[in-house]
Amino acid sequence: MGNYVKLIALGCVALFAAIGANWGRDTAYIVHAIIILGVSGFMFVRVLRSMESKPGPTPTGYMDDVVRAGVIATSFWGVVGMLVGVVIAFQLAFPGLNFEVLQPYGNFGRLRPLHTSAVIFAFGGNALIMSSFYIVQRTSGARLWGGNLSWFVFWGYNLFIVLAATGYLLGATQSKEYAEPEWYIDLWLTIVWVAFLLVFLGTLFKRTEKHIYVANWFLLAFIVTVAMLHLVNNISIPVSIWGSKSVQVFSGVQDAMVQWWYGHNAVGFFLTAGFLGMMYYFVPKQAGRPVFSYKLSIIHFWALIFLYIWAGPHHLHYTALPDWASTLGMVFSIILWMPSWGGMINGLMTLQGAWDKLRTDPILRMMVISLAFYGMSTFEGPMMSIRAVNSLSHYTDWTIGHVHSGALGWNGMITFAALYFLTPKLWGRAQMHSISAISWHFWLATIGIILYAASMWVTGIMEGLMWREVDANGFLVNSFADTVSAKFPMYVVRALGGVLYLTGALIMSWNIFMTIRGGAKVAAPVGVPAE
Amino acid sequence: MQETSLLREIADNWMLVAMFTLFVGAIAWAFRPGSRSVHQDTANIPFRNEDHPGSSETEELQS
Repeated sequence: MGNYVKLIALGCVALFAAIGANWGRDTAYIVHAIIILGVSGFMFVRVLRSMESKPGPTPTGYMDDVVRAGVIATSFWGVVGMLVGVVIAFQLAFPGLNFEVLQPYGNFGRLRPLHTSAVIFAFGGNALIMSSFYIVQRTSGARLWGGNLSWFVFWGYNLFIVLAATGYLLGATQSKEYAEPEWYIDLWLTIVWVAFLLVFLGTLFKRTEKHIYVANWFLLAFIVTVAMLHLVNNISIPVSIWGSKSVQVFSGVQDAMVQWWYGHNAVGFFLTAGFLGMMYYFVPKQAGRPVFSYKLSIIHFWALIFLYIWAGPHHLHYTALPDWASTLGMVFSIILWMPSWGGMINGLMTLQGAWDKLRTDPILRMMVISLAFYGMSTFEGPMMSIRAVNSLSHYTDWTIGHVHSGALGWNGMITFAALYFLTPKLWGRAQMHSISAISWHFWLATIGIILYAASMWVTGIMEGLMWREVDANGFLVNSFADTVSAKFPMYVVRALGGVLYLTGALIMSWNIFMTIRGGAKVAAPVGVPAE
Repeated sequence: MQETSLLREIADNWMLVAMFTLFVGAIAWAFRPGSRSVHQDTANIPFRNEDHPGSSETEELQS
């Protein structure tokens, strides 16, 4: 019965997509219709062929296949996203790299959202989904709820990424930062996300442990809040059902406020709460000891979710937004410093009595550096949200540096550490193929981040000071182009930092590939001396 | 009264009190007497059920 419903639904989607491919009003929509036609046609045949087969015995044990797929997808999208990042970093330094023959697909304006979405949503999102599935099973002592629903979440989410990425290249965007995908892609993500929530909640409900471990609180907060943010920020009306263009319902300063309420909480709940869920599981596991203070983790959780949601207006200092609103955002951002550092201290102190492991375990070293960057960027952020500091830093490269010290340092490093933790476990190997390659990755990534952040501080503050410099008569001293040419050396350093970081990710992908293939097992004991 | 003004009126008095109370209550609840043993047990969850669901044997902590 269920299969017939599926067949009818898939048939209808395929028919609709076929009509859309014919009647579509813009290239992006037509290409997407063809992709959806292909996917639904493929699924139709798949369901049809499985009609006769009898259902096998109910599987027991953990459902790890989907986590394995997540590990591979995370490393793949990580390399893709970082590669695009390196390309656009060089495009900023050398504008000639916006090649004439590739216009408009290969220019900075189209590649930039591709980079941000690929690293945040494809790399980070796959990392979050995969580790949620792993963590919720282990800490609940229960198999994932919903049978193949978790596979639907995995493939559905990756289809969302493909649609979003191709849409950007073909010019379909609703021009909201970090929420660029157009209306039908947003609808699809909503369906996938609800399925994700159901899988997660269903597993929690059938847990055999009495209590819900704190990592799951963070992960659940991430899933629920992202759903809310996504729904509110993407309220729009499509111009035509056969085209990708849509019109936002909010306008003016309301639209700006909703956008940055979304944008900052994407940082707060996607890149912070979700990754803290990973931190609260993987750091204790790798250190071999329970979290330093469980009470502190509870306070960390409640303080973080009560405060973060108000911090958005600090993106709109000196705009049409009323002063009271931006002051509110600023004050909450500064208070946020405390729970953030509480969480960082909690993570770091988990190593109390195990600090010697840092000397031999490069995975633990990655976790510690990621917590250090979490601490640094959650100090830098509140400072930049102060109105007076913001008047210097806003619209400059300092912001870009801040984002990357958080994203490369905190999110990237904790994800790499999680991948190194999971790969041997999931494929039944004793350890990663090469431990010294992990050390290489660690140093390449760390030096890459330092080059990136330092060059962006220099160029950001320089740019901010040049913009506000006036002569004795009150005239501006510098033109905009003056600042652009002054930034050139720092842009080159930034791009080189990106190259180092990307090289580290490539080494990791090779290491993961070799571990999965199970080639020559390196017999060396865990760890090489820290050099 | 305009809808936005009304919403703001609710937000900056009763809602503020309710959310602040909820927050303080949640923190206070963490410090209730007897929470220590519960928290200790919960903090050790990652070291159970490593390979199979639902089994309750605790792995030895390596320290």
